[in-house]
Amino acid sequence: MGDPLYADGINQAVILIVLGKLLVVFAFLMVSVLFMVWFERKVISDMQSRIGPDRAGPWGLLQTLADGIKLFFKEDLLPDRADRRVFHLAPYLSIVPAFAAFAVVPFGGTISIAGHRTQMQLADPPVGVLFLLAMSSIAVYGIMLAGWASGSKYPLLGSVRASAQMVSYEAAMSLAVAAAVLSAGSLSTRDIVNSQGVYRWNLWILGVVPFVVYLIAATAETNRPPFDLVEAEQELVGGFHTEYSSISFALFFLAEFMNTVTVSAVAVTLFLGGPNGPHIGFLPDLWPVVWFLGKLLCFLFVYVWFRATLPRFRYDQLMDLGWKKLIPLSLYWLLLIAALRIGRDQGWAWYYVLGGGVAVGAVAWGGLNAALRQGDAVRTAA
Amino acid sequence: MGYLDGFRITLKQMWGDRVTNVYPDEKRPKPDRFHGRHVLNRYEDGMEKCIGCELCAGVCPARCIYVRGADNPPDEPVSPGERFGFVYEINYLRCIHCDLCVEACPTEAITESKLFEFSFTDRQDAIYTKAELVVDDDGNPQKLPWEDWRPGDEQHTSAWVRATAPSGSAAYEGRVGWSGELGFGVRAPEKGQTAETDRAASAAPRKAKS
Repeated sequence: MGDPLYADGINQAVILIVLGKLLVVFAFLMVSVLFMVWFERKVISDMQSRIGPDRAGPWGLLQTLADGIKLFFKEDLLPDRADRRVFHLAPYLSIVPAFAAFAVVPFGGTISIAGHRTQMQLADPPVGVLFLLAMSSIAVYGIMLAGWASGSKYPLLGSVRASAQMVSYEAAMSLAVAAAVLSAGSLSTRDIVNSQGVYRWNLWILGVVPFVVYLIAATAETNRPPFDLVEAEQELVGGFHTEYSSISFALFFLAEFMNTVTVSAVAVTLFLGGPNGPHIGFLPDLWPVVWFLGKLLCFLFVYVWFRATLPRFRYDQLMDLGWKKLIPLSLYWLLLIAALRIGRDQGWAWYYVLGGGVAVGAVAWGGLNAALRQGDAVRTAA
Repeated sequence: MGYLDGFRITLKQMWGDRVTNVYPDEKRPKPDRFHGRHVLNRYEDGMEKCIGCELCAGVCPARCIYVRGADNPPDEPVSPGERFGFVYEINYLRCIHCDLCVEACPTEAITESKLFEFSFTDRQDAIYTKAELVVDDDGNPQKLPWEDWRPGDEQHTSAWVRATAPSGSAAYEGRVGWSGELGFGVRAPEKGQTAETDRAASAAPRKAKS
């Protein structure tokens, strides 16, 4: 379908509206990062019987702003052995994908501005989900180049870990996302949202498994605890951004939290019905935004909860979870959903399809376990 | 549900008590025998207790006390006896607040207040002289501009907090001997003790303080 804004051709007003939406999304992301940092610190200190930041502004709300201003005024250091140009480029390679990924997230319904109908979403390309996956893959470059260009060993180790981790979990995440795409029959994020009802979310339609896989993979993808091996302080100092200071460091920090907000927004879009919610009489344009933000907040809370609760994974445990558990599981689930869908279209009895699927799954699971055992045996012998 | 127990615990903590004190705004109560900055006490008639014997300077492990005694001027005596503390200086850059000076003092002249929140911008300010250490005419410690006194802090500055009796014998612990202090008079014995504590009572196991 696409955005109705472009239906009558592109003129000055349309361009102005697009620029306006761009500004709104940019401002929203910046403010949400400020809020997210504060929210994370507050919630985690609540969970640890502390008070958390409470000096700057009411309830410490301006703490992040104060930290940001401090960072911007600090000296920008360049390590002796750093590759100058790549070193300065890397933070931007990290933050631009984080911004860009949010562009395809629908955060409201359709509204009218000066006689033009437009969706509350920066862009609605027909390949929205592919765009999301592409952006989250490109984000690896920022981190990899930052570690490599620092000319220092801890950042390099951190960035090698980060790349391996992000590439590994990319697969599981894509398969989970593919399930949502399969159910909507479209790659457009708006279509995926429209295919879900007010309460009939993909979370229930697909069975909870793709959602859980996405949740875990997204946590790993954003390098958040318990998968924050990339910046394991005990082992790697600060990880890939050890050598960064001042604005460059602030940009990495910004990108990290922006990624958290973005993957949460994507999860809300793909699995929780995005801005769908019960209709309320007054202010019909406002409520979808409220539903979207509410769901987003719940999701962000879950991430902070993870961080407060779970200890960090060991590197081999991380890889085991990604390759040996999440990828086979989400692959199997995708095939099962596909089989059920084909069965429905062909008019087969659903219990035969399900039974067959479970049987195939059991066989595959046994085979996988046997293979893993064999692999362990070979490794132990060698 | 081994994996999920942790989530329940962290969630429950959100509504639990906070352990943080909002420090400069609220302070936690200090222990009875807290060792803070010193004061030089005076008798009820306004005479100084210090006799310039230099025992405090001698016992000081950090060597932060400097005392010079002098003969009392006969027509205008500073202390009741023959001698008085002519110069009395404590260097707070060296003091470790061990309270040994307080234990050594035969006249309970030097004691410690509960004040520890004082800082200097100058090395000279770190050396407290008699002008700063001697209590004022109400018997209270002087409140210097760089010190953070709160109401009630000056109430527990006397010899009353000594671990042992002025005689040095632990058996006389808690007995009020000398303390006829300017502004306070003879103070009641320390909490949990009585003036009549005898050897048997002090030998018996002490009840836990509530």
